[in-house]
Amino acid sequence: MIFSPAPRAIWPLAPIAFALLLAALHAGAGTVARYDFSGPVTEEHFKAVIGKLRCLVCQNETLLDSNAELAQDLRDEVYQLMASGKSDEEVIDFLVARYGDFVLYDPPVKPSTYLLWYGPFALFVIGVVALVVTVRRRTRNPESTLSAEERERAERLLREAGEGDEHP
Amino acid sequence: MLRYLLPLGIFAALAGFLAVGLKLDPKEVPSPLIGKPIPEFVLPRLEDPKRRFGSADLKGQVALLNVWATWCVSCRAEHQVLQALKESGVVPIYGLDYKDERDKALRWLQVLGNPYEAVAFDEKGRAAIDWGVYGTPETFVIDKRGIIRHKFIGPLTEEKVEDILLPLVRKLKAET
Repeated sequence: MIFSPAPRAIWPLAPIAFALLLAALHAGAGTVARYDFSGPVTEEHFKAVIGKLRCLVCQNETLLDSNAELAQDLRDEVYQLMASGKSDEEVIDFLVARYGDFVLYDPPVKPSTYLLWYGPFALFVIGVVALVVTVRRRTRNPESTLSAEERERAERLLREAGEGDEHP
Repeated sequence: MLRYLLPLGIFAALAGFLAVGLKLDPKEVPSPLIGKPIPEFVLPRLEDPKRRFGSADLKGQVALLNVWATWCVSCRAEHQVLQALKESGVVPIYGLDYKDERDKALRWLQVLGNPYEAVAFDEKGRAAIDWGVYGTPETFVIDKRGIIRHKFIGPLTEEKVEDILLPLVRKLKAET
């Protein structure tokens, strides 16, 4: 059985579990609660910007998600820059100038990242070419076709299998 | 023959990439500030809040700027290396006390010894952001023209001092 219903006793816990799930899905909300979004910076815009930036301490989290102290400081910094009317690019340039491209979750397209960006497409093209070449070679290659004797044997086997087959 | 050599070649290339990847430390983020002038800052001194210490004080000489804090465990391990370096008199060391408490920091220097010519007290960590600091300890090597030439991430060790720092300082001192 794939799904076994939970014993009755734990069902009352379901709302709590559901609340925890919602809280988990709502990650990041807590990190921006301290900011004032009634002014020029909207919550949505702020989250969009810090969601694109990497926390340098816990490297697999964005500035939106991270609770590291440095992430907090950098959020304050980004908020102040945005509140002072800086554009998204200016804010991102500010951080890249200090911490390098590493702060960006999406690495920029430039010569050192060509392999990263275009490599998969190049591999795909190589794969398609290899496939076409192999298929063509096979259709032309007499080695892969059956001799008359082999063909006869194959047909006999298929016939026998067909007779013994009880399924429709 | 190619049918056997090709997979072998691919395997060798992959193994090569992975071998290099194993040696890389993802915690070491290369600083974009290397080769750039030091970021401007003016901060109160740790020892005397009425006096200032800033980027202007770092210029005109080969110097180190060491970012540290009393809450940083590896800074404690590094401290004796800095102390030995100070005693050798090869290069002046300046400190940037990062997000720290003044009392604790002063006591630290009193108990463990003070390897610094001067310490800037960066209570909020704002100057450190301009320096691209993301952890402690970090140590910047600054040349005579006020250009950052190298950044050590993590504690300085005797090996790092011998193998990297001292040769670099000698080279920078020879520059005009």
